[in-house]
Amino acid sequence: MKREDIEHLAKLSRIALSDAEADSLAGDISKILAYVGDIEKATGAAAPEKKVGPLNTVMREDGEPHESGIYTDALLKAAPERQGPYVKVKKILGDKTDRT
Amino acid sequence: MTIRELRKKFVEGTYTPTDAYRDMRAAIDAKNPDLNAFIDVYDDAEAAAKAATQRYATEGENAPALLGMPLAVKNNILIEGKRATAASKMLKNYIAPYDATIIARLKAEGPVIMGATNLDEFAMGSSTENSAFGPTKNPVDPTRVPGGSSGGSAAAVKMGAAVAALGTDTGGSVRLPASFCGLVGYKPTYGKNSRHGLIALGSSLDQAGTFTNSVADAELLEKVMGGKDRFDATSVGEDTYPAVALKDRYRIGVPRDFLTEGMDADVLAAFEESIAALVRAGHEVVDVSMPHMKNGLAAYYIVLPAEISSNLARYDGVRFGLHVSGDTLLDDYLKTRAEGFGPEVKRRILLGTYVLSAGYYDAYYGKAELMRSLMREELDHVFSDVDLIMTPTAPTPAFKLGEKSDPLSMYLADIFTVPVNLTGVPAISIPEREVVRDGISLPVGVQYIAPHAGDERLFDFGKKTYDATKGLA
Repeated sequence: MKREDIEHLAKLSRIALSDAEADSLAGDISKILAYVGDIEKATGAAAPEKKVGPLNTVMREDGEPHESGIYTDALLKAAPERQGPYVKVKKILGDKTDRT
Repeated sequence: MTIRELRKKFVEGTYTPTDAYRDMRAAIDAKNPDLNAFIDVYDDAEAAAKAATQRYATEGENAPALLGMPLAVKNNILIEGKRATAASKMLKNYIAPYDATIIARLKAEGPVIMGATNLDEFAMGSSTENSAFGPTKNPVDPTRVPGGSSGGSAAAVKMGAAVAALGTDTGGSVRLPASFCGLVGYKPTYGKNSRHGLIALGSSLDQAGTFTNSVADAELLEKVMGGKDRFDATSVGEDTYPAVALKDRYRIGVPRDFLTEGMDADVLAAFEESIAALVRAGHEVVDVSMPHMKNGLAAYYIVLPAEISSNLARYDGVRFGLHVSGDTLLDDYLKTRAEGFGPEVKRRILLGTYVLSAGYYDAYYGKAELMRSLMREELDHVFSDVDLIMTPTAPTPAFKLGEKSDPLSMYLADIFTVPVNLTGVPAISIPEREVVRDGISLPVGVQYIAPHAGDERLFDFGKKTYDATKGLA
């Protein structure tokens, strides 16, 4: 794993890294990948299964909503910035930042 | 001290919840500055203890089962109105807006919550050293770690600050600290306890569990907490799995070919003594072959980081938690996450992002999920022959603070516990033996694993073999 690979992963993960952090992560992640990479041999030729677990998707009727707005204040109390009943964020449209 | 013993005294009035609160709070005030088991200590526990004492005076044995019992709760479990930090700078000032389902169910039985305990940040770790609030030390030997990630809860019970404590177990985070601190540590069948109100780590693996001084206490707490919850679609009901029978004598399998990886010779010798004791007590112990078990750790460190990278995407500084402002919204994300997360969290998020990326998904995540299926099949096959499986809980006793600086060597502490979470079966760590290091006796646990929904079998077996011999029944 090269420094630029780590920087790309950090960008995808939305985490700014210092140079020292990127160098240290490149070493650690390479070692961990070498260890977990054995899984390829261990599973042999069997094709990957899509099933996540022994349990099936649980469905329910869409109904019984709680009264609108009763939790709004409790939840918004945790928001860093709010405006009335909304969470406030910086402008998104017109932002020219690279969004890869 | 067990919940059963306290209950008897509370009902008789020879020792009251107020007395218990006072003694346990004294233990916290005396020992916590050094051991650092608690992130927050709750002063309102005193009033709750006094109210409980009043209720015993009028209600006696009709009082709720857990009335006045001093408990400690890992700080990644939500308690309404209290801080839920997950030991991260990201959530340092986050106040829980509601109770986790397991907390709401416990509260209905009237316990006294002494405080919130320390953990590895977001429960990522095996030693409770990766905390934004500093490491927790092991009460048995403070130069050693208590295990992790629920190390604060284990230390709280061991230091006499609570009669029992809640933890969460994603890959061994209850069983490992229980082994290192000499307690009973129980991880339920996946879905038995609702995950509603737990700060998510790996959603297909996480389960809340308990630290207690007896198996009967673990059973008592689970009866209160467990069961289907409308707020967690993955919670299981009584009829999800086939019933698992209780027996007078159990047939127990030992996966011997698996007990090699980093195995300490003294721990292995202690484990052999446990086997001999079971045989003397009339149980049958046989060797079983489980070649896939050793691949569990590799599969775990693919599946878990993958789920982490997804679950922790929510910490973006917008709706709750830390917010660091930049020039643009993207800058806000980058800076908030850079400042809020510690090194192990960043490592796992990046690793998870890598194994889920196009081109690598099939080779890593796909193969890891396939290994999970193979491990489940292997387990089903073995459980067609034996009632329980036993392994040491960990390959070593508690290690020294700072001893494992390399992430991979830390991960190996969980080699025997992660297969249980990957397959969703229940397990319990029982503190059966000790090994001596530097003149100090350090506890080591034995892990017993049951089939899906075999939680009652674990309790039945543990009460017969452990509680009965320790005079805790």
